[in-house]
Amino acid sequence: MAEGERQRRHLLGLNGVSAADLIVLLDTAEALAEVSRREVKKLPTLRGKTVINLFMENSTRTRISFEIAAKRLSADSINVSAAGSSISKGETLADTARNLAAMSPDAIVIRHPSAGAARLLADIVDCSIINAGDGWHEHPTQALLDILTIRQYKREIAGLTVTIVGDILHSRVARSNVFGLLTLGARVRVSGPPTLLPPEFAALGVEIEYDLAAAVADSDVVMMLRIQRERQGENFFPSLDEYAHYYCLTEEILAEAKPDVIILHPGPMNRGIEISSGVADGPYSVMMNQVANGVAMRMAVLYQLIVPGADGIRGSKLAHPPKKSLPRLDAGGAA
Amino acid sequence: MSAGATRPPTVIRGGRVLDPSRGFDETADVLIEDGRIAAIDKPGLIQAEAADVIDAAGKIVAPGLIDMHVHLREPGYEYKETIASGCMSAVVGGVTSVACMANTNPVNDSGAVTSFIRERAATAGLANVFPIGAVSLGLQGEKLAEFGEMFEAGIVAVSDDGFSIMNSHLMRCALEYAKLFAIPVIVHEEDNCLCANGVVNEGVTAIQLGLPGMPAAGESAMVARDIELARATRGRLHIAHLSVAESLEMVRRAKDEGLNVTAEVSPHHLMLDERAVIGYNTNAKMKPPLRTAKDVAALREGLADGTIDTIATDHAPHHRDEKTVQFDAAAFGIVGLETLLPLCLELVQRGELKLERMIEALTVAPARNLNIDRGTLAIGAVADVVVFDPRKSWTLRATELASKSHNTPFDGWDLQGKVTHTLVGGRQVWEDES
Ligand SMILES: [Zn+2]
Repeated sequence: MAEGERQRRHLLGLNGVSAADLIVLLDTAEALAEVSRREVKKLPTLRGKTVINLFMENSTRTRISFEIAAKRLSADSINVSAAGSSISKGETLADTARNLAAMSPDAIVIRHPSAGAARLLADIVDCSIINAGDGWHEHPTQALLDILTIRQYKREIAGLTVTIVGDILHSRVARSNVFGLLTLGARVRVSGPPTLLPPEFAALGVEIEYDLAAAVADSDVVMMLRIQRERQGENFFPSLDEYAHYYCLTEEILAEAKPDVIILHPGPMNRGIEISSGVADGPYSVMMNQVANGVAMRMAVLYQLIVPGADGIRGSKLAHPPKKSLPRLDAGGAA
Repeated sequence: MSAGATRPPTVIRGGRVLDPSRGFDETADVLIEDGRIAAIDKPGLIQAEAADVIDAAGKIVAPGLIDMHVHLREPGYEYKETIASGCMSAVVGGVTSVACMANTNPVNDSGAVTSFIRERAATAGLANVFPIGAVSLGLQGEKLAEFGEMFEAGIVAVSDDGFSIMNSHLMRCALEYAKLFAIPVIVHEEDNCLCANGVVNEGVTAIQLGLPGMPAAGESAMVARDIELARATRGRLHIAHLSVAESLEMVRRAKDEGLNVTAEVSPHHLMLDERAVIGYNTNAKMKPPLRTAKDVAALREGLADGTIDTIATDHAPHHRDEKTVQFDAAAFGIVGLETLLPLCLELVQRGELKLERMIEALTVAPARNLNIDRGTLAIGAVADVVVFDPRKSWTLRATELASKSHNTPFDGWDLQGKVTHTLVGGRQVWEDES
């Protein structure tokens, strides 16, 4: 078996992942979703494989979702969290990774408060690394399950107008969705107060609209992000009340969207702050489908990364680029 | 040295002698006697019995380079660098004088620490070391350190480098009080509130990587304040590692106005832009951060036209363990002494910088800024000399650096230009045998 090749496959983010690879992952998830509807919800596919969930930041939902995904594929999954691990005793992430790698896992799923933490692991250890959220950077499996949910309702991603609303600056969910949706041909609009949505985002290829009603207008999909209460203490907005006044998705604002609009939220929600209960519990909300798709999507990612020769993405861009020297700036400067 | 042990003279033969302090640029021989420049004459005219001869044909002979922004880490952080290892790194890079920053442990905020540094440097016997004292006690930004005591012990400037002086009154007093000793106040410009938690330039790369940014205004706003204070006090201000186009414009205006303001740029801010951090490369993490391509172009222009008078490395050694961590936890800074010359020469080869201007920014300009009697090959001057081959190609291997630390983003780069001989006080302290 081409051990080395297999072991260099990671999912660190959606930035740079090709449309073909995204579609393989989405199709695999679609096929695996069927398992969750069976009486016996288990496949023998990853029997004898080991998946370590290394969670250095609290996230019950994502961890449980990965855990169930691994179990349904018959993999052994082990949870390591910040509390009770040697991290709290001052061990570096690199050392933790080396120690875990010495136990020969097939994949490590990592959630970490620092952007780039998953990449650091991929540089150090040999097994597959799956990014389950690194700082503000990326949360690729969340975006994949969001895109899967959208695809189930809209069939095609290309041509859709998807609007993401909230704290864009600090959101890994927003970044991963932007990268994935753009690759698949959607038009992506982002909205939020200017303090949380710097104009540099436009360079990623999105449209910026600070007015919520205007942003929602004509949207096929509206994705609301959770607002972190700490941000008001950092002066990004004056109060949650004022935030809600301008950026809460209400039924009234939603009337501007397309009649068959769907509403996503990665959870957990702040009802009455970024989303009204009427919208959250209303007919356009697809949040429970997101949760259900989470398991299937993570099964698909584990399967595609761990199984040798799984269709499609071997040696693809999911593998992170090899290290090389920094390139020189072009002659004639740097302009 | 005892009087009996007189060294034989040295003759550096046939090199292109380039001394911007006197506008001298000719093929010539250089005679060194008793540690000083004794004569410079047409090739073959200097006769010296039993002299040591350095063949400099095809090479450039210049005043030893002066790096006015170096972190030697001793006392306190000897696992990163020692005064001896830092001085070795310096002379390998052709640098004969370094000015070392005060952020050691203990901080160089007293005459005792200043004296310790000078003694260690003398023991190492390689490069000249000119200590820089702290502006504030413990670099805390609150209470003025004893400039006088440190000056008596040998400091050439004061700086809280590594930190910005957010207290404007303290900054004003530093500029005024430093006048007593005619020493510059060197400033690291970074507004603490604007740059809080920032680890890269605020811009597109930061957005892509999800990293907290440091905005350009975090530097330029402080530069603006300090230029205003320099105007108000008529004090002597030197701006360290200038990195954004906006700061450059303000320095240009201040100089036009005749204010006593000087500025330096580091080779890495001339050679790399913010995209170097893509992939979370911790060896491209420094303060100020690598900026945009537009800033790089402006800095090159500012250096060429003299708005930025000096090139300084901000040599900042860190242990491998301090860089093999997640990006936000990694230490800021890179080593620079041994890549200084070839990186600058690359700008010359590209036609963006004149060789004489480059040597000036590495010799007479920093000597003037620090008011030290170096950076010249004038007859009678201390014979700090560098001989380098501007065409020699080599590949940088970080692990082969003489510095105790290997944190460089230039690992694996093919470079052109290599130091072949370094002389300090007439004594050869480095010869490249490769
Ligand atoms: Zn500094």
